[in-house]
Amino acid sequence: MVQITYIHVDGTERTVDGEIGSTVMETAIKNNVPGIEAECGGACACSTCHVYVDEAWAVTTGEPSPMEEDMLDFAFEVRPNSRLSCQIKVTDALDGLVVRTPERQA
Amino acid sequence: MHAPGKSNMSEPIKTDVLVIGAGPIGLFAVFELGLLDMKAHLVDILDKPGGQCAELYPEKPIYDIPAVPYISGQGLVEALMTQIKPFGATFHLGEMVETIERIGDPSFRVTTDRGKVFEAKVVLIAAGGGSFQPKKPPIPGIEGYEARSVFYAVRRMEDFRDKRILVVGGGDSALDWTLNLAPVAKRLSLLHRRDAFRAAPDSVNKMRGLVAEGKIDLLLGQVGALEGEDGQLTAAVVKRDDGSNLPVQCDALLPFFGLTMKLGPVANWGLELKDGELIPVDTATFETSEPGIFAVGDINWYPGKLKLILCGFHEVALMAQKAHRYVFPDKKLFFQYTTSSTSLQKKLGVA
Repeated sequence: MVQITYIHVDGTERTVDGEIGSTVMETAIKNNVPGIEAECGGACACSTCHVYVDEAWAVTTGEPSPMEEDMLDFAFEVRPNSRLSCQIKVTDALDGLVVRTPERQA
Repeated sequence: MHAPGKSNMSEPIKTDVLVIGAGPIGLFAVFELGLLDMKAHLVDILDKPGGQCAELYPEKPIYDIPAVPYISGQGLVEALMTQIKPFGATFHLGEMVETIERIGDPSFRVTTDRGKVFEAKVVLIAAGGGSFQPKKPPIPGIEGYEARSVFYAVRRMEDFRDKRILVVGGGDSALDWTLNLAPVAKRLSLLHRRDAFRAAPDSVNKMRGLVAEGKIDLLLGQVGALEGEDGQLTAAVVKRDDGSNLPVQCDALLPFFGLTMKLGPVANWGLELKDGELIPVDTATFETSEPGIFAVGDINWYPGKLKLILCGFHEVALMAQKAHRYVFPDKKLFFQYTTSSTSLQKKLGVA
């Protein structure tokens, strides 16, 4: 298990345990973290699990794949550190990951 | 159930079963109904059959179709279209059912948003998650400009002549309309979040050609706000990656942000609904609270319901048995297997 922190737009920080091999989206849903909708269930077919990856974690988390970029086109207020959380796999290297949820999901 | 308010409707198209939705479940319904000699017409808002499979995940793998270890969304649609071919169902694409009125026992008059009228003994609602409608971009206040200067579809290109148009998007719709409207517009700008496009490479090349010739502008960024008065747009404020804001003058905004499913008129047909969005059905027949109207697939609900394609397939098999009693009240129904029945095989064209 690794620790993942989700920061809501209202400032609330929630730190939960993430299972290795699951995704940052699944971890949020399993732990009732608000701000992530995941309408398509993690299929990279919508843009509602959008998160902003904290600067300190950008390099370790990596860049979106082309398929993910296509779906990010539909997200709300996309920034250079935007990712779809269903495409970020939880690994040991991400222990302590911090992400922020956007003001709204598209 | 209420009478449609329109006059000028066309002559009614008569059929046994009117299927609302041409996704995988509506398609397989044609097969089960066809084996029992019932003819069907299908209505779908998309311009192609296949519903969510064709629209949301045509290239994605499905692993849980029984006996099929792997098939893509589009592959499943094509296989179903082949399977139902012997039954010659008629498709009415690009339109949406608006009203259902009971005119007999059972018999229904169904109208669409394009003025078509159907009369059928049975109505099958296979509407999935609802009809696909354009997704609205998350821009504050956009509702105030809709239908006056913000449009999600182009019905008549002439309406855009001599206007300053801002097209937003990176897919085929955005690129196609950029190319189509460039010669008609006073000035056309294409805005996308990044300098990479999902659209067909040929369209993208043509667009870049127009940019190079100075005929259209390509802008990179996202619309943050709209400016205008009384529903008439004057400018869109584009937020760029470096944080700066660029106001773009425009008379019309065409955002192409994909499609989303909306329940729409299903809520107005006088049917009992669960949680305002699902149609409860009897699990012996998949009939709704209205005799003669059935619901199958993602749109229905019953204890234990799972939104799986394989469940929808089961549901239409049972539905067809009950539908037969309405369509052919005087015929006896004998249960047969496709493996051994010559009459079924003849209908399939394989005997």
